[in-house]
Amino acid sequence: MRIQFNLSSLRQTKWSEYAVRFIFGGAITVAAGLLAKRFGPIFGGLFLAFPAIFPATATLVEKHEKEKRQKAELSTSLRGRQAAAVEARGTVLGSFALAAFAWMVWKILPNLNGPWTLAAALSGWFALSVAIWSFRKRLRFTTRPRQSRRPEQ
Amino acid sequence: MQLMFRFLVGGLVVSLFAALGGALKPKSFAGLFGASPSVALATLGLTIASNGKLYASQEAHSMIVGAIALGLYSAVVIQLIMKHKLHAGRAASAALSIWIICALGAWLLVLR
Repeated sequence: MRIQFNLSSLRQTKWSEYAVRFIFGGAITVAAGLLAKRFGPIFGGLFLAFPAIFPATATLVEKHEKEKRQKAELSTSLRGRQAAAVEARGTVLGSFALAAFAWMVWKILPNLNGPWTLAAALSGWFALSVAIWSFRKRLRFTTRPRQSRRPEQ
Repeated sequence: MQLMFRFLVGGLVVSLFAALGGALKPKSFAGLFGASPSVALATLGLTIASNGKLYASQEAHSMIVGAIALGLYSAVVIQLIMKHKLHAGRAASAALSIWIICALGAWLLVLR
């Protein structure tokens, strides 16, 4: 399946749901800073990889999938949960790239200026994420028997 | 004032990455953005400016452990949803304890 960027799907999300993400993201960033100040950078650094996006996103994915199915008058029992699980599978893959992002910053930052290091590490994170996802996708399609292939939503 | 600024920057970056993930399909690809370095970008950028590069690189070092804990967390969420039939929100919240145990355990055993 091709990667698609669809701005209209953002309209499904309510302002209150955006606000929850904003508050949660802000709170985690403040907490990471305070913990680093109190217990040192090694302890505070752990929280830079805290699951800040995933919990709210998983809830929304399940909810939106259910609403979509209800509108189409289809059964909603499993589909919402399955959609959230598929999203979580992507997060597992992305966590490898996130570890690589951290490794790049750790190694490059002492020798290069801050903005360039963060830009390079962010590019590396994105490239590696896409590469791992594509590899996983190809592996899945070459190892699965043809009749059991299911289209992904 | 500095905390307020940190809160605004963090909230903004996390919302941006979350919105980006929300606009992408398929869902497994959008899920990559659940592990985006959103908190890290906001925090490291501010830390470099206030505490210097060496301090920030120490934070990045331990972030590797946090990222591994995030991978385990997501794997546990999948199990809770698919095997134990929990709702996504409940599974994602319950599994946060796994992230905390893994991250703090690694900090106690390896990093401290």
